[in-house]
Amino acid sequence: MHIALFVACYNDTLFPETGIAVTRVLERLGHTVTFPLAQTCCGQMHYNTGYHREAVPLVRRFVEMFRDAEAVCVPSASCVAMMREHYEMMAEAENDAAFLADVRSLLPRVFEFSELLANRLQTEDVGATFEHSVTYHPSCHSLRMLHVGDAPTRLLRRVRGLSLLELPKKEQCCGFGGTFAVKNVDVSVAMLTEKQGCVVETGAEVVTALDNSCLMQIYGGLHRSGSAVRTMHIAEILASEGVAR
Amino acid sequence: MSVRVGKTDKAAAFPVAAKTALKNDQLRANVRRATDTIRGKRALRVEEMPDWQKLRDAASAIKAHTLRHLDEYLVEFEKNCELVGGKVHWARDADEANAIAVKLIKEYGGTEVIKVKTMTSDEVQMNVALEAAGITPIETDLADMIVQMGHDEPSHIVVPALHKNRFEVRDLFRETMQKPELTEQPEELTGAARAYLRERFLKVKIGVSGANFAIAETGGVCVVESEGNGRMCLTMPDVLITLVGVEKVIPRFEDLEVFLQLLPRSATGERMNPYNSLWCGVHPSDGPKAFHVILLDNGRTNLLHDEMERETLECIRCGACLNACPVYRETGGHAYGSIYSGPIGAILSPQLQSLEHSRSLPYASTLCGACYEVCPVKINIPEILIHLRGRVVREEQATLGGKLAVENLAMQGAAIAFKSQRRYEAAQRLAQAGQALFREGDQLENLPGMAGGWTKYRDLRAIPKQSFRDWWKSRSNGGNA
Repeated sequence: MHIALFVACYNDTLFPETGIAVTRVLERLGHTVTFPLAQTCCGQMHYNTGYHREAVPLVRRFVEMFRDAEAVCVPSASCVAMMREHYEMMAEAENDAAFLADVRSLLPRVFEFSELLANRLQTEDVGATFEHSVTYHPSCHSLRMLHVGDAPTRLLRRVRGLSLLELPKKEQCCGFGGTFAVKNVDVSVAMLTEKQGCVVETGAEVVTALDNSCLMQIYGGLHRSGSAVRTMHIAEILASEGVAR
Repeated sequence: MSVRVGKTDKAAAFPVAAKTALKNDQLRANVRRATDTIRGKRALRVEEMPDWQKLRDAASAIKAHTLRHLDEYLVEFEKNCELVGGKVHWARDADEANAIAVKLIKEYGGTEVIKVKTMTSDEVQMNVALEAAGITPIETDLADMIVQMGHDEPSHIVVPALHKNRFEVRDLFRETMQKPELTEQPEELTGAARAYLRERFLKVKIGVSGANFAIAETGGVCVVESEGNGRMCLTMPDVLITLVGVEKVIPRFEDLEVFLQLLPRSATGERMNPYNSLWCGVHPSDGPKAFHVILLDNGRTNLLHDEMERETLECIRCGACLNACPVYRETGGHAYGSIYSGPIGAILSPQLQSLEHSRSLPYASTLCGACYEVCPVKINIPEILIHLRGRVVREEQATLGGKLAVENLAMQGAAIAFKSQRRYEAAQRLAQAGQALFREGDQLENLPGMAGGWTKYRDLRAIPKQSFRDWWKSRSNGGNA
């Protein structure tokens, strides 16, 4: 399949290893990956903070860029949630029939990374080996907006050498929440403290998720506390080809 | 018209109030224990319902329909209520509602009233108005009584004293009831409350209540509760005054079938409430001899014109969103500066007052969606929060100060950068170069402005030299677009 990668602006800038991992996994499975260089941001930060007008050109840009893609892969559940929850409503408010038609036609071809693999491509074993204990944090947007269900854990269970440990209170938010993390610093950190405690309690070496935004928050707390638990986007685990014992 | 919602006009912004709440370890422990318990019970009672999602759909449909025809159903309620001997009064705002209540109580010669299940009376601060008129209000719902005795504020819309544990309640009772021998055994505490309240139930001749539902078809009113103190207040006095927000009306008696399945399961994790009181007008041989309903607007009808905002009024005040909210879990209810706390408070309080107060509340959420998931009437709270954030931003941008605010400038800058590949890549380079000022090994420290709130408490990995697009361009087969 020809898969267009929308890597997400913050992954592009702060977590390039995630985009690289996504590319490696998809290519290893025999797909062709393209990366339209003109892509920037899905508009989520602006929209969710209340800058709705400012987000519209970014949505138009995304839609124009990926309009003809066979499938779009996005390694960020919250960006996909932004698209599915708001793009149609935004296009309706713009009173632009062509724009709305493009949005409606494109959205069913946009997939979060784990959805693309487990549901669209029906591939659970991606040929990865990762000899570590891992706990999975189901990010709020993947859980309650995308309803990815067990797609991510189905993928993780097929990784050779990986032991998956259940995260206590896994469905509770990590406290990131975009600009919430800086507008409500104290509450955000209080929420993080609880999440971080749950992660450490599992005894896992690695905590993973579908969103580097949540992982950035969890890393922030773990690293500050001197914990050795690593944060890794699920794509990086699935790209791993370490030798199994 | 002056819309007031409790003491929101004097409340600190959410981040400030939350900071204070977060320092109170006892409060946080109490909130966690209580919400964990209720959540667990709710989950059990919801799981056993095969048609739960259909019930939610039905409730949402009934409420949405009613709100679109609120004018008709309110008038139908008034007509039918008065047909069976009730009297309906219309109050545009808090002051009008209080004036009507005071006038009625004085007409009946009352100097004391027993009150139950009326958060709406807290919204209009009725107790303050009554006391100013020389009338003593006595709260009889156990939790409301605890709040009143402690000169405290409610912190939860169903369990107003959720922030207090039984040791704190014991100390409060020992002091106010002069019973130094009381222990923290729940049976002893409720026994003491029972003795204290019975005296008042037998003595006071006027009751003030709220309502869970007002039924247009019958002109009847419904109150659900767990203690029976409500039943006392509704049946023992000679005069009953019921304060009802206009959004509480439902069209038909049979609609209760839906709501009385959803409400107790969502609110307290019970299959049904121990006490479900339903009454119509007055009856010569039973119950109050006079029955008055005050229908309160207080900003509600301002929400009707907008489809999304209107959804807020579908709320049946079950409190499930509070118990599910990870923000409420950390701060408790007082940080919201309103009697309406948690996710529903974050959308209701600011809207009732046309965003004049509580402007920080739409931002008091991570948009995690836990509230929407549990809401029995399917109010899309995260969506409404985002909508209100949009209103706040547009209003701020209309002022010079707002235009020049750091956040607005940053957002405008980002929007410009995101509109062009060239500018976006230039911004990436700038960030990669600019971070040298704050770089400590592989970490960023002491970032300026709002980002400083991040680095003060959390670590942050430095921005890698090579972005993903740099890597892509550097691949031998790259540069496809």
